[in-house]
Amino acid sequence: MKKIVSTVLKVSGGAAIGFINGFFGGGGGMLCVPLLEKVLKTETKKAHATAIMIILPISIASAIAYIFNGYADWGATAISSVGVTAGGAVGALLLNKLKSVWVGVVFAVIMIAAGVKLLF
Amino acid sequence: MITVLLIIIGILGGIIGGMGMGGGTLLIPLLTIFTGMEQHAAQALNLIAFIPMSAVALGIHIKNKLVDFKTVLPIALPAAAAGVAASYLSKLTGARALSRYFGLFLTLLGIYQLITAIINVVREHKKRRQELLTVRAPKRSEISGSLD
Repeated sequence: MKKIVSTVLKVSGGAAIGFINGFFGGGGGMLCVPLLEKVLKTETKKAHATAIMIILPISIASAIAYIFNGYADWGATAISSVGVTAGGAVGALLLNKLKSVWVGVVFAVIMIAAGVKLLF
Repeated sequence: MITVLLIIIGILGGIIGGMGMGGGTLLIPLLTIFTGMEQHAAQALNLIAFIPMSAVALGIHIKNKLVDFKTVLPIALPAAAAGVAASYLSKLTGARALSRYFGLFLTLLGIYQLITAIINVVREHKKRRQELLTVRAPKRSEISGSLD
């Protein structure tokens, strides 16, 4: 791929990812992985890991904005963060060992169910 | 009770997030549906909780040489700017409306994810069958050898 095309894709893709991640407080990774994997042809596991590296600075920037706007519930955040961090380590180890094809199917069904519930 | 629920929801979101599969897209609806947390607060919680989680996950991924550093900056810089702007736009959106938009986003992502996942399952299945066939098919030398 020509360098200029690749740069345009990265910058515009990045802006879209950042917008979604800031507006919905998450979900940027779900767009970042296909951008890396399908568009920029990064290998699957690398795409997943690199997406986290990209979402980290975006999440810090957006988190600061949310905190300024008074949305942080520190008690609940502290408790959940312990679970999230422990789960995150498990997930990262699993990514390098587990075949995640069926995880993907189960996760997709949960997402659709939750999405439909929130819509109505 | 709410503490246990918050930890369990956190672990589930963390596992999916650590795999780079969008833990927040699971964590946020679990929080609003099962703990009744307000949409903006759940989104803020996810953004904050993601920071220590991703630091730990990244430590593991970097050790496993899975992070492609040269693509990070050109994507992350415009993303951070857009992220801050969108955070303020989200403040202007009411909780109920934001929750509905989030539901729509989640449903669309889920459908995309399901299609991708099914394609992967089928591909995996085909690959395995192909490998079995390759193993079973006798080599030419073996056939001619048995004829001698």
